[in-house]
Amino acid sequence: MNGHPKNFNSNSTDRSLQSMAVSQRQRLQKSRLVWVRGLILPTLLLILWEILVRVGVFPSNLLPAPSTIVFTLLDLAISGELFHHIVITLYRIFLGFFIGSALATILGSLTGYSRSIHQLLDPLLQALRNIPSLAWVPLFVLWMGIYETSKIALIAVGVFFPVYLSLMSAVQGVDRKLVEVGKVYRLNGLQLIRRVFLPAALPEYIVGLRSGLGLGWMFVVAAEIIGANQGLGFLLTDGETTGRPDVVIASILLFAVLGKLTDMGLVVIGKRLLKWQDTYTSRK
Amino acid sequence: MLKINSVSKQFNNRFTALESIDLQVYPGEIISIVGTSGCGKSTLLRIISGLDFPTSGSVYIHDQPITAPHPEIGIIFQEPRLMPWLNVWENVQFGLYNQSKAGKERVTQETLAKVGLTEFSELLPRELSGGMAQRVAIARALVTKPSILLLDEPFSALDAFTRLKMQEHLLKLWEYDRPTMILVTHDIEEALVLSDRAIVMRGNPGHIHQDFTLNLPRPRKRTDTNFQYWRELLLSNLDLSTTERVIIK
Repeated sequence: MNGHPKNFNSNSTDRSLQSMAVSQRQRLQKSRLVWVRGLILPTLLLILWEILVRVGVFPSNLLPAPSTIVFTLLDLAISGELFHHIVITLYRIFLGFFIGSALATILGSLTGYSRSIHQLLDPLLQALRNIPSLAWVPLFVLWMGIYETSKIALIAVGVFFPVYLSLMSAVQGVDRKLVEVGKVYRLNGLQLIRRVFLPAALPEYIVGLRSGLGLGWMFVVAAEIIGANQGLGFLLTDGETTGRPDVVIASILLFAVLGKLTDMGLVVIGKRLLKWQDTYTSRK
Repeated sequence: MLKINSVSKQFNNRFTALESIDLQVYPGEIISIVGTSGCGKSTLLRIISGLDFPTSGSVYIHDQPITAPHPEIGIIFQEPRLMPWLNVWENVQFGLYNQSKAGKERVTQETLAKVGLTEFSELLPRELSGGMAQRVAIARALVTKPSILLLDEPFSALDAFTRLKMQEHLLKLWEYDRPTMILVTHDIEEALVLSDRAIVMRGNPGHIHQDFTLNLPRPRKRTDTNFQYWRELLLSNLDLSTTERVIIK
């Protein structure tokens, strides 16, 4: 007698659990499908490209077929050359990014927090920001030589400004009401920056880091094109001087992939740090 | 003891928000400051908290003038003002940075239990209801064991039912350490339920109009005839014309 309603209940919860699992699976499949959808057009273009080169519509000495590029990449990878170039480029990027964003974090939080520091420093920094960063190259080469230091300095300069600007304006925009809570508990300037301003500015700060990293990639290419005997930018110019468009395109592809991967790294870190956000997208 | 000595406040040298306020608040006392919007009651509270400064006059705590937020004064704002990136536990600990870890953990635990949020310590502010968030804010203020607690319309953003619960709850919390409480409110019943004294302020410029000692027995009942009498008396002392003037502007 008593078993009946219980059974009924557990059945129905089983069923609802099942239907939940099913809908979840459907959703998963759907999201996988969306991902695949983005690949359709590139794949078609690659196939078309391959055919057009094979048929002879594109001259293969100027635009090699995708398969040629893949083999070039494999050759470079097998010889160990590719790995070496990638490592040296990543080393420059990371060091330059670290130095540039560290300086930007310190200066951006100070100029955002203190009006007098802002009045003292910001006009100068804004003036420097308006110098096209490539214009620094001759000076950096004269000062620091053509080896690593000048390259890393150039990348750091490129990274600095977007990070500085976004952090400064984010700190300036922090809710007064939260700052007052910090003041009630008598936090000093540095404690306020660390415990209230920086966490509150984090969303914009991460966007600044991402655009800084993007510029870092731009400047590593510039630095390596101008004077280097290793790195992906060198591979690029080397392909040009030796008349090998497959090497050029392979390097371009590697830049795209590495740039996307490092950006994704920042996005993932950002998402973890910003779990607390109560925004339109975080509710989904 | 808290002593407010002929405090005046002008904004931009033109608008006088407060004019020569004198007030003494005794230890363990609960006083309410009531008045219509724009009468300067919140400005007065901000000056006591050390977040704002008087143009002339001073506020004294233990005969020392307040020039910055004071460690013995806690404040609860109209909004919870929780740090959105910290969970409930971390928010409550926000003001406890100069203590040993074990001590911090113990007081936080105790205070969260007092406000009835022990099992919610892992939640983020965005996951809390308005009443819960304000309880976290109260815990954050209480955890440093202030001898004076300032409350700036703390329950005015809550729905009527939650507000009643919170008023009761506040009185229970007060029983633990009996801090001095200064409550700014525009809710006359709230003032009558909670306080020993009701200060009626009027605006243009902000001044103390009346200082009533409420000799009503506790716990206070809203249906009590005496309660009703006080309600009418306080209402008749409010300057309702200022609100109208503000709206017309």
